Amino acid sequence: MIERDIPESIADRLESMDKNKRKEFLDSYHKALVEPGEAVGTIAAQSIGEPGTQMTLRTFHYAGVVELSVPLGLPRLIEIIDARRNPKDPRMIIHLEKDIRKDEKKANEMAKKLLEVFLPDICDMKIDVKNNQLRIETNDEDIKKVLMKYTEDETGGDVYVIEKESLYDLKKIQNKLAKKRIRGVKGIKKVFIRKEGDEYVLYTNGSNMKVVYGMSGIDKKRIISNDIRQIYETFGVEAGRNIIVNEAVKVLEDQDLDVDIRHIMLVADQMTVTGEIQAVGRQGISGSKESVLARASFEETEKHILMAGLRGEVDTLDGVPENIIIGQPIPIGTGMVKLAIKSSLAPKKPIEGKKETAGENKVLDGKVSDVKKKIEKLDSADYKALIEAEKKGENRKTLLKWLESQID
Amino acid sequence: MDNELVPKHEILDEKEVEKLLQLYNVTPRQLPKIKEGDPGIMGLDAKIGDIIKITRNELVVGRNIYYRVVVRD
Repeated sequence: MIERDIPESIADRLESMDKNKRKEFLDSYHKALVEPGEAVGTIAAQSIGEPGTQMTLRTFHYAGVVELSVPLGLPRLIEIIDARRNPKDPRMIIHLEKDIRKDEKKANEMAKKLLEVFLPDICDMKIDVKNNQLRIETNDEDIKKVLMKYTEDETGGDVYVIEKESLYDLKKIQNKLAKKRIRGVKGIKKVFIRKEGDEYVLYTNGSNMKVVYGMSGIDKKRIISNDIRQIYETFGVEAGRNIIVNEAVKVLEDQDLDVDIRHIMLVADQMTVTGEIQAVGRQGISGSKESVLARASFEETEKHILMAGLRGEVDTLDGVPENIIIGQPIPIGTGMVKLAIKSSLAPKKPIEGKKETAGENKVLDGKVSDVKKKIEKLDSADYKALIEAEKKGENRKTLLKWLESQID
Repeated sequence: MDNELVPKHEILDEKEVEKLLQLYNVTPRQLPKIKEGDPGIMGLDAKIGDIIKITRNELVVGRNIYYRVVVRD
């Protein structure tokens, strides 16, 4: 390989080197390159899959008012690779803007702004069964605004009363009110403030990238979530790819597993080739392959074959599974290359000493028994010519004898 | 998009496009894709068919360049 065939990112590094160093560098660069035809995908799959067998299969469950389960290890890795829309444990790390970074008060304010607060969290709600009344006691301005829609009479300032004829209607209203979000950002269930160095950082349980990114007072450069879909939607494919790599690496590092990052990068790149995030599996990469046979060999065989029949799909047999199915060499490694030769270099006579037989005597090709059958089928055979041809050609004695016997 | 997760996106000019396609012996259709409305290329004024050069800063690998073609949403 010549120097100009080197990708830009490598070529930049060469500039500062002298001749010897450059040669050494290029040598090791070429050595490090993957050979053409190497089955990198299979190797990546195995390299992630084998350590995967040693990961925790557990999902941690926290008992409590709201059931919370935190997937670690394999379950989390599966979440990442499947590009799930709603991960079990979404989190955000929010840094604050430069001028309020070191202000604990401002950090607390921000946390308050983020934290999702529901109506029953901050007020007393009681059903008075005797009088068919729902009494809500509060002094919160935000709640008052919400309650205005339901009731008009403001008895004694802080107490709101909703009256309905049946208890059932009252309960219905109560349930509705219980789900009303008074403050905060949808989905942010908890906010912790941690001091890192001399700045305050907010860690949240629950993630809502779109809304939080639009808020003021937040360092937009460093805001991060572990929800792959949300990152993709707000920052684009490249950020989505990066978060896939980062999250997968985090999981593997957590479990003390040593997987080369390049395998993960390959998976992440493959998940984002189309410009959006695709899961690995029948909904994503495997399900959108071009070849019918490759898709059918993975999952939902009948569906794919049936639809291919209806649409008249053509399989060009470019991939591995389809060639395994029909029993051909697979296009991997040495199977990728085909032999070609310049016609000027080709030997004049066929190889293996097979002498050329005249065009009219193709009948003589093949096994003796086959040749006999072929000749018998002919209406009129010129046996003398055939004998001559056979003598020049393979000169099989049994065939010659038979041919002579046929003359009579 | 100004976030540490978003690497630098640039539009390649024609000369560089030709060089790139020759180096990897590919057609633009074979390159990875990026949607026209992707937040990463917002403000670049990229048209469908343009090739975007992405300068990534990878964890172990370091500086790495990737290319994507702009496609319809």
